[in-house]
Amino acid sequence: MSGTSSIPTDFILDCKGLACPMPIVRTKKAMDQLQAGQVIEVQATDKGSLADLQGWAGSMGHHYLGTVADGENLRHFIRKASSDDALGGEPFARTATNEELQAKLASGETLTLLDVREPAEHAFGRIPDAVSIPLGELEKRANELPKDAPIYVICRTGTRSDLACRQLEGLGFVIIYNTIPGMSAWGGPLERKA
Amino acid sequence: MTTSASISSMKAEEAANLIIGGERLFILDVRNEADYADWKIEGKRVEAVNIPYFELLDGVDEALAALPADREVLVVCAKEGSSVFVARQLAEAGVSGVRYLEGGMKAWSEYVRPVKIGDLRGGGELYQFVRMGKGCLSYMIFASGEAAVIDAPRMTETFLRVAEERGARIRHTLDTHLHADHISGGRQLALQSGGTYWLPPKDAQEVMFDYAELADGARIAVGGATIEIHALHSPGHTIGSTSFLVDGTYLLTGDILFVASIGRPDLAGLAEDWAGDLHETLYERYRALPEELIVLPAHFGSWQELGERGAVAARLGDLFAGNPGLNMADETAFRRMVTEQLPRHPNAYEAIRQTNMGRLTPAIEEQREMESGPSRCAIHDN
Repeated sequence: MSGTSSIPTDFILDCKGLACPMPIVRTKKAMDQLQAGQVIEVQATDKGSLADLQGWAGSMGHHYLGTVADGENLRHFIRKASSDDALGGEPFARTATNEELQAKLASGETLTLLDVREPAEHAFGRIPDAVSIPLGELEKRANELPKDAPIYVICRTGTRSDLACRQLEGLGFVIIYNTIPGMSAWGGPLERKA
Repeated sequence: MTTSASISSMKAEEAANLIIGGERLFILDVRNEADYADWKIEGKRVEAVNIPYFELLDGVDEALAALPADREVLVVCAKEGSSVFVARQLAEAGVSGVRYLEGGMKAWSEYVRPVKIGDLRGGGELYQFVRMGKGCLSYMIFASGEAAVIDAPRMTETFLRVAEERGARIRHTLDTHLHADHISGGRQLALQSGGTYWLPPKDAQEVMFDYAELADGARIAVGGATIEIHALHSPGHTIGSTSFLVDGTYLLTGDILFVASIGRPDLAGLAEDWAGDLHETLYERYRALPEELIVLPAHFGSWQELGERGAVAARLGDLFAGNPGLNMADETAFRRMVTEQLPRHPNAYEAIRQTNMGRLTPAIEEQREMESGPSRCAIHDN
């Protein structure tokens, strides 16, 4: 991907001009300060940083989201490993499979598709027309959502969306579905723009 | 436990000499796994483990467990920085004599090692220059104060230095074909030395510079009339591919015939068209040549092809007996072999071709990037 648009993240780390191994050493230090699930943007000019960051993120369990090339500058986006798959309480009862959602979208039925992943995750691959409201902002932005049409909530693996469904229910929304397993296994139309 | 926590560098030349000399060498390669899988330092007595440096940020215990107790360790990375980082940690953890490869794989890719192939008549000599990291082979002919260089790499300084040391003037630089795996230094070297750059005209139809036409049957003299290079059109890897018969003894085959394999016909996108040419060259033109000729190719695919003293050479008759590419039962089977299931293309091969035509002029860093990885010019390469 290329472009100069900005993608909101929790932290921006400047590693421009640094040679290997420093971009990764600095990223690791910065990542230690972040909370699980937060997203970092690492800016680097070392071309080798791309493959090395991907490899490092993979081995640490972090989620490499993508890279934007701005001329010589590479902007890498990584989401810190989270254990959000271990949520307490009863899971939200109403669920829809990826395939069911895909069929609904294809049929043109009126619905709202709510993507509660972080903006950087949304930027590097999303379902067309999905509304992006990160889980952390949902309570204060829920008024942007219609109350009279079904809402399909999606995230990467179905965990954050489960939490989002419970929040929405508490806010008085009625027709809500948690989409499982979520974007990690999405086989339908996808768009990317950064 | 040693008292010294110092580390020291090893130049590519020293590493190459250790490997060719049959010394044991233990390499800790700290590049990422994909780069390591793509290409690495290999040799008969080379042992290596790959642990990416970014898995050693919190300590080197994992590496310590993988290292032999009784030998020096050479730490290798892409450009040097990460190998120094890991080597220091190893030294601090008590490992003695830790070395790192100066300039990393970048330097390894650019190092060329001269090996004398033999004497030519009238006091002449033939040298092979082995680019171990990339698998490219170049040649230098000396005769009566003159020199000719065949398939020069872009690192022309080595050739200028050797010529100067021997008091020889480089009169000719020749390319057996328009290369797709590495950036040719032939034209540059001719400009630097005031010599003539020769290229087969059929490979040069889109080039942006002047060159001398290497026609079939051309004879190029080195050192007055001492040594003659006889051009033999041998298409198949490219349409213009030309072999050289040197001093009636050596057959420089370019990328047509290798010691363990044969050239691939697909790097200009015309595999089907050129497979027939390749067959005719190998099974008819080469068949008509004396079996005593010593074949000197422009590439080798693996370290197993490096013979005594690190040279790559074989008798033509032996290759007819044992090279799988010369022993296909019929042309149909041959065509299938050279057009199906070919190895991956060399890195950036199209941009490299454009550069060798003078249509692209990438900066030096970009040239290095384009040339990273092995050559993959043979049909059996990995």
